[in-house]
Amino acid sequence: MVDVHLKGIVKRFGKTIAVNGIDLDIRDGEFIVLLGPSGCGKTTTLRVIAGLEKPDEGRVLFGDRDVTYLPPRERNVSMVFQSYAIWPHMKVYDNIAFPLKIKKFPKEEIDKRVKWAAELLQISELLDRYPHQLSGGQRQRVAVARAIVVEPDVLLMDEPLSNLDALLRVKMRSELKKLQRRIKVTTIYVTHDQVEAMTMGDRIAVMNKGKIQQVGRPDEIYLKPANVFVAGFVGTPQMNFFDATVEIRDNEIILDASDFKVRLPRDYLPVLQEYNGKTVIVGIRPEHIYPEGHAPTTAKKLSWIEGTVDFVEALGSDTILHLNTGSMILVVKISGSHHYEIGSKVKVALDLSNIHVFDKESQVSLLYKRQREVQLS
Amino acid sequence: MSKVSVMEKYLPYILIAPSLAYLLFFIGYPLAQGLYLAFTENGAFSLENIEYLLNSPFSKFWEALTDTFLLVLVIIPIQVAIALGLAMLFNMKFWGRNTALYLVILPLTISDVAAGLIWYSMLSTNGFFNKLLMNIGLIKEPIYFFGYEYRPMEFLAIVLTEVWRATAIVFVILFAGLQMISQDHIEAAEVFGANVWQRLRYIVFPMLKPSLQAALIIRTLFAFQIFGVVWVLAGRDIPVLAGEAYYEQVQLRHTGVAAIYALIIAAISVTIGYIYIKLFRAQYLEEGG
Amino acid sequence: MEESSIVKYYLRKIIVAGLVILAVLWVITPFVISILYAFASKTDYYSPNILIPLHYTLEHIQKLLDLGATRAIINSVIVAVITIIISFALGLPAGYAFAKFVFRGKDSLKLLIIGLRMFPILVIAVPLVTLYIRLGLNDTLLGVALAHTAMALPFVIIISSSIFAGVPKELEEAAMIFGLDRKGAFFRITMPLALPGLTAAAIFTFIMSWNEVFIASVLTLTNRTLPAFILTSAMAAPDFIKFAAGFIMIFPAMVFVFIARKYLITMWGITLK
Repeated sequence: MVDVHLKGIVKRFGKTIAVNGIDLDIRDGEFIVLLGPSGCGKTTTLRVIAGLEKPDEGRVLFGDRDVTYLPPRERNVSMVFQSYAIWPHMKVYDNIAFPLKIKKFPKEEIDKRVKWAAELLQISELLDRYPHQLSGGQRQRVAVARAIVVEPDVLLMDEPLSNLDALLRVKMRSELKKLQRRIKVTTIYVTHDQVEAMTMGDRIAVMNKGKIQQVGRPDEIYLKPANVFVAGFVGTPQMNFFDATVEIRDNEIILDASDFKVRLPRDYLPVLQEYNGKTVIVGIRPEHIYPEGHAPTTAKKLSWIEGTVDFVEALGSDTILHLNTGSMILVVKISGSHHYEIGSKVKVALDLSNIHVFDKESQVSLLYKRQREVQLS
Repeated sequence: MSKVSVMEKYLPYILIAPSLAYLLFFIGYPLAQGLYLAFTENGAFSLENIEYLLNSPFSKFWEALTDTFLLVLVIIPIQVAIALGLAMLFNMKFWGRNTALYLVILPLTISDVAAGLIWYSMLSTNGFFNKLLMNIGLIKEPIYFFGYEYRPMEFLAIVLTEVWRATAIVFVILFAGLQMISQDHIEAAEVFGANVWQRLRYIVFPMLKPSLQAALIIRTLFAFQIFGVVWVLAGRDIPVLAGEAYYEQVQLRHTGVAAIYALIIAAISVTIGYIYIKLFRAQYLEEGG
Repeated sequence: MEESSIVKYYLRKIIVAGLVILAVLWVITPFVISILYAFASKTDYYSPNILIPLHYTLEHIQKLLDLGATRAIINSVIVAVITIIISFALGLPAGYAFAKFVFRGKDSLKLLIIGLRMFPILVIAVPLVTLYIRLGLNDTLLGVALAHTAMALPFVIIISSSIFAGVPKELEEAAMIFGLDRKGAFFRITMPLALPGLTAAAIFTFIMSWNEVFIASVLTLTNRTLPAFILTSAMAAPDFIKFAAGFIMIFPAMVFVFIARKYLITMWGITLK
């Protein structure tokens, strides 16, 4: 068990830069998720940690051991591949035993450990089979069993659930998480699925275009997104974004969004002072917009606007309302099943304590930036 | 409606029939005719051709048989070893791989006669090889590769040429086989601690086995038909089965004897082909599981 | 520790590069040398000190052409073209049937074709002579082409079947839904998509025929194809004529292969597996 540090990792493939300067400190025993869209560099980062790729710049440290140029076998890492990479010519038993055989464990020890791992993943009765006789879910379990059998320092998982069907995926999510808690191995988990990231990660590192956008606990990522990308990538339906001009008069902050105006509480004053007269990006999640009669009693600062119902998605557990406010569509999420006529007028309240304001140029969250500055000073 | 479906039902057979008929005629008829030619003389059954083949002082049958097998036994292992090494080398990522690949498989495109001529230019008395060695002072006199008194050297020249020419075929089959092994399978072994040798031994070789068998047998099959290279480089100094068939037919007009040679080559090939199909089948069933 | 692993990493890269260069040199040196020698002046060739010729001449090629190579080249091209025409006319329908139809006995028939491809086709040459004499086909280019077709046909069937199979069924089905019949769908959709691959297959067939020497030598006497001509006539000629002969033989093959290089590996992969 070990802590992992990435220092300024850069990896290019020809002219494309896959990873563009990544710094990340992963704690001992932590379950960290690298989350991002395809092509964001998350898998490359994982492969650099595994030793399957050598970075063009930067260092990989396991504890205080520099492993940047060490081959994978000298790192004591394990990996669950997206394709599982179960060797087709070996029985399940031999697949799981392989890492131990290579490391020259005594025969009885191998047997004991394979049985332990198989039991843990409930595949004991499959040990005598060949991979092509297994279902996708079973292969996935074999891949995980093989990965934990050596008790690695670092366990790497590359989208391990992406080839499973939806039901199985939900089940394996909690199983993998519980398994990791039990064996307490430092785990780095790559996924593009935000739900997986939110439910499994102790912390999440959101990546885009080869860079880490934000690192934090799932609730931090969700409630305090660092920039427009993170805010938009995490959460379904996606956060509403609109441009607005900041007007500050007599310590009053007005956001002018052409269709409507929003009066912000004074708490935002220190943050927005320097943006007077400038355009910012305002973001608000669909669940933080309440139609009349649905505002929670705890919500204090509300700003009311009106729109026409454009489209309704009835999901059963939730109702998603697409509201036309004139020149834009606001998406509103109400829990429970509700009926709305298309074309009818609806008044909704924006929950001002859950509003996000981003710099138009840098797309960085002003609140988050401010927090950082306060923390640093 | 039913007319259409009847048509649809027989259409594939109609499409295949002409090809099949052509092949069966052009292979079946010569085989039958070959048997007839081999065992008749002026329309009556005769063993005269066999007699000539085995006992005539002009016939080099036993030599041809031994030399053909000897060439196969020497050439094939070298080719497989080199091709395997090359396939693994080219399975790595490096700059300019596609160009290098194209260059390495160039010999696939040229005929055995041309290959013989090319290596003649390398190895002849005034050829590149001798000039090179003399100019760097390794030898004083040229090394003679050709002529009846230098038969071992002729044998060596044939081996060199065949290795140069036909290793590419083995390489392509093995390379294609390697490419089919998902990189993940090899990387998984790497992550779980296997070094280069262990990855080869436990992952790559077992998964490459079908390709290796295919390459081995195809190459063997063609090796028994070796002709052009030998004829260009050594003539009848080193007799081979196909060469003798050519000689008996074209130079001596012993059609019956040539036919026997042809039948022997066919018999050897069919045997090897039979083994191949057996293995191919077994592999197929295994994978189908 | 860290230093040595960097060194090891780069050392590995250097070894790989070295091996690749070695392999490439082993293959192309004879090519380059034989091409240079085909154009080297006589004095350069016989001078023991001139490793890479300095003076070049077209004399050897010219002499070879005068000896009868021109006629042989024309013959070779004619034989190859006839071979392509017949083997494609017969083989494409069969390839299409294997690719797009499900029918009883398909696997066995395909196995039979694969088996026939294994047959050592040079064996048919000697017995064919007697048949050809009776049919008046002996020493004719058509006769050689017919035998070459027997050699090329299994390849054409197997290659074209895999090319046709590579055209997604949905594309043809979509065309049929939007109003074409099976024939129309084949000619308007499948054929254009398969054309590049089929062109490569034609080149492949050409080279097979162009390179074949045994059958051509046995079946012809005066109408020699190029390899047959070289095997019988050029062997007694001086060295530099032989080099010229080698060059003339490899040149078209190399040009064609360069054109079709994108398909080459797949093609060999398909035909040899």
